[in-house]
Amino acid sequence: MSDLSTRERIHPGTAPGEDFHLEIIGDGDFDTAEMSLSIGPAHPATHGVFRIVLDMDGERVIGARPVIGYMHRGFEKLAEYRDFRQIMALVNRHDWLSGFSNELGVALAVEQMLEMEVPDRAQWIRMLIAEWNRVLNHLMFIGSFAIELGAITPMFYAFREREDIQHLLESATGGRLHFTYNQPGGLKIDLPKGFMQQSVDLLAQLRKRTPDFTDLILGNEIFQARTKGVGPLPADVALSYGVTGPTLHATGVPEDSRVTEPYLKYDEVDVHVPLGENGDSFDRFSCLLGRIDASLDIIQQIHDHMPAGPVNQKLPKMVKAPEGSTYVRTENPLGQLGYWLESDGGRTPWRLKMRTPSFSNVQAIPYLLNGVLVPDAVAVLGSVFFVVGDIDR
Amino acid sequence: MTDLVLEQAVTFAAQSASLLTFDSFLLSVAAKIAFALGLFFVVPLVGGYMEHKVMARMQHRRGPVEAGPFGSLQLVADGIKFIQKEDIIPRAADKWVFAAAPGVALVPGMLIFLVIPLGPGVFALDLELGLFYALAISSISVLGILMGGWASANKFSLIGGLRAGGQLIAYELPLILAAITVAVQAQTLSLVGIVEAQSTFMLPGTDINVWFVFPQIIGFGIFFIAAMAELSRPPFDMPIADSELVFGYMTEYTGIKFAMFLLTEYGGMIIMSALMVVLYLGGWQLLPGVPLPGCDGAGGLFDCGWLGTLAGVGITLGKIMALVFVMVWLRVAYPRLREDQLQRMAWIVLVPLALLNLAVVTVAKVVF
Repeated sequence: MSDLSTRERIHPGTAPGEDFHLEIIGDGDFDTAEMSLSIGPAHPATHGVFRIVLDMDGERVIGARPVIGYMHRGFEKLAEYRDFRQIMALVNRHDWLSGFSNELGVALAVEQMLEMEVPDRAQWIRMLIAEWNRVLNHLMFIGSFAIELGAITPMFYAFREREDIQHLLESATGGRLHFTYNQPGGLKIDLPKGFMQQSVDLLAQLRKRTPDFTDLILGNEIFQARTKGVGPLPADVALSYGVTGPTLHATGVPEDSRVTEPYLKYDEVDVHVPLGENGDSFDRFSCLLGRIDASLDIIQQIHDHMPAGPVNQKLPKMVKAPEGSTYVRTENPLGQLGYWLESDGGRTPWRLKMRTPSFSNVQAIPYLLNGVLVPDAVAVLGSVFFVVGDIDR
Repeated sequence: MTDLVLEQAVTFAAQSASLLTFDSFLLSVAAKIAFALGLFFVVPLVGGYMEHKVMARMQHRRGPVEAGPFGSLQLVADGIKFIQKEDIIPRAADKWVFAAAPGVALVPGMLIFLVIPLGPGVFALDLELGLFYALAISSISVLGILMGGWASANKFSLIGGLRAGGQLIAYELPLILAAITVAVQAQTLSLVGIVEAQSTFMLPGTDINVWFVFPQIIGFGIFFIAAMAELSRPPFDMPIADSELVFGYMTEYTGIKFAMFLLTEYGGMIIMSALMVVLYLGGWQLLPGVPLPGCDGAGGLFDCGWLGTLAGVGITLGKIMALVFVMVWLRVAYPRLREDQLQRMAWIVLVPLALLNLAVVTVAKVVF
């Protein structure tokens, strides 16, 4: 069944000795022909196994088709075979840059179904870690967007700050990327001694260093020439595609579930949502930078509020959510993350449907790429912030 | 009549004597070739090592530390690695063109080192048409890049090759116009002659000796920008643009051929820096109007002892490395421009500015 002749027919280019058929475009005259360019799944601009097929006329893109699914790992199905505590270690992997925020969604959903009261301290700590996680995520995208525009240095600067934050979070959770710190009803353990002081110090350090990014990238003439007016996304189009997060804020829509539908204790702190005007790449990036400062402000307020007390509840040996369903949405670093949790009363979810921000944001890419040049296509791809694992799940 | 032709031929070939000229013709040729090749293979490595270390320092890294003292042999190790790698030629590629392209890109670089003066008498040839020769030869490299981009049968390579072609043609013009302006001011095309002219050039109306960079600061800027674009160095590295085109025209190249393209780039950095040193920064003079130890002759530039010669070579190389440092600095600091923005800058800003510069300098030359 799998003899060589079959394979040769499937991949004529790979079998040695067989005639190679070149694709000839145009009729040999001076006519120009359209060309399709497959960017990805392995390509430096796609940071992950995201593939996009561009139909091009010269260097101008006349059509773009994202091809997703190279990294489908079946999280929704896998979640049906894990109990409510084990799911935490699963969901922090689909968007690996915002692991804690993902866990938070599931924990909130389970708690909502169990009608569980979560201790105050646990909620404040969750907010603290979630905001640090947001900064961690945004720093990564600052670096990667700059690299896509050809600036290599901001990546190293961003990773210096990321390293410090990861070190801090590691001291509390034991993880650098996949924290697995939540459990239904609170957190696994309390913060270690000295954590708050370290957090305060790190905040001061970051406040000193974030202006570097503004100077180095946002104020750079070439950066502005490359991003201003590139890939503008109107607010109505963004809403119709379900775009959320900084990509939506850049269009001027202040939808942020920390403000519009506060969870945890977000109603007790000031949440500033930086907005853009034109929805172009420049606005998307400046919203991302602004969100770092906003998160640092929130962290400062959390430092002032942190109460004492227990951080979790005594759980039965097996957490079983009652029969029914619920939907929880949280503001993830990249946009709104929604979990639809349906339980039949057993030890595992009957269905866990994920609404991930990257998946929705990527839907706007064909619209954005229509008619741009290849270098601009990269500027657009880098500024519609997504994580491939979060698209394919 | 024959005497006249012979005399002309002699002045065309050599203006001032090279230290590498010996009584035996073959020995002279061997020494000159060894000089050019040695320069071509050693100085770019030093420049590359500096790029590694300087970039690392600017980015909170340490750079290479393992190979050799302070990682200084890293590029040698890389070269050995490239030689050992499998030489892959894509099945769809135009094999001969594909194989010849790196050579076509590389060889012009070697040839330019024949005319670059490093110090008093330290050059292989002093052609009467040295500047013309250097600029003409350097334009051949683009052919190799276009060949590589076309023959790879890869869409990324094709786009990269065509971008390179468009970019190099656009920036050839301001580069040459800026260089012509220097030739007008120096009244010679010989590179040694241009250095000599700078040692005797006084600011009009005074007796302050300055290099050509002072009256021609605009020309120097144009030459520097155009040279960066010619070399496809960031922020003008659109032909390579690793985040868009994978690696542009080099995408399908592996092993020694890839190394040859890389060496072309680093060799090009040294060549362009050396040309800038010669044209604008006074060649092997340490400071304007200060003769080297043990030198006299025109402006204290020639007839040196071994100390003055060595000092002259060291000063030239130091200036070259300083310019390479600036190129690395720009690479670290800036994102990449877009190809159309680059073309617009060339045709709308740099070419008119270079023409204006040429006109002003020519008029000033006649007036003063």
